[in-house]
Amino acid sequence: MAIEVNGKTFETDEEGYLTNINDWEPGVAEAMAKEDDLELTDEHWEIINFLREYYEEYQIAPAVRVLTKAVGKKLGKEKGNSKYLYSLFPYGPGKQACRYAGLPKPTGCI
Amino acid sequence: MSEDIKKFMYVNRRAPYGTIYAWEALEVVLIGAAFDQDVSLAFLDDGVFQLMKGEDTGDVEMKNFSPTYSALGDYDVTKLYVEKESLEERGLTVEDLMPLKYEDEDDDWAEKDSIRLVSRKEMAELMDEQDVLFSF
Repeated sequence: MAIEVNGKTFETDEEGYLTNINDWEPGVAEAMAKEDDLELTDEHWEIINFLREYYEEYQIAPAVRVLTKAVGKKLGKEKGNSKYLYSLFPYGPGKQACRYAGLPKPTGCI
Repeated sequence: MSEDIKKFMYVNRRAPYGTIYAWEALEVVLIGAAFDQDVSLAFLDDGVFQLMKGEDTGDVEMKNFSPTYSALGDYDVTKLYVEKESLEERGLTVEDLMPLKYEDEDDDWAEKDSIRLVSRKEMAELMDEQDVLFSF
């Protein structure tokens, strides 16, 4: 599978995750969100960028409960809860936000 | 959900790169961490190399997953037993290992060391206490 962004083709796996994380650019997130009928706001980008930094540091996409805890620590308690994260990413903050961020599916996510 | 908490120990005996065992073990640990069991990791024989500082896999074309061990604390995996004799036999000390930490929820989030040095005898006793041992 593949996704087309501004005339460039990005290879994805059968679930829509980028095959190569290094290919990622912000346009990929925009295009994926558009397919889900979602408009990315600064709040979405805050989480997407957070995930990219997490991956950079630990080389894994965090499980959703780990993400929730880490977001709370870094961005404040009002954001470190599933209600807030699901309001941004209704298909699941782990899966959906990781996909937009170009990360693999979270480890431990079935 | 069952209230039964079992003691799970993941035993790592092989060097990190060159085979897929270490990475597979780490992935299983991270996946298993969701199930609220009493989890610990054991590092012995060449497995102690998995915790070495400053690994660089640039030339072997394998993903460098050494930084992932630092995420174990976030997954509430806080007991990493390292066998003293295995370190000594390889000319290593705990100073050669990554300073892995976790935050203790029950102690006002104080940072504590995840790595616990144990003797071969203590390791055998720890293994004896487990309900389940996974060997990688």
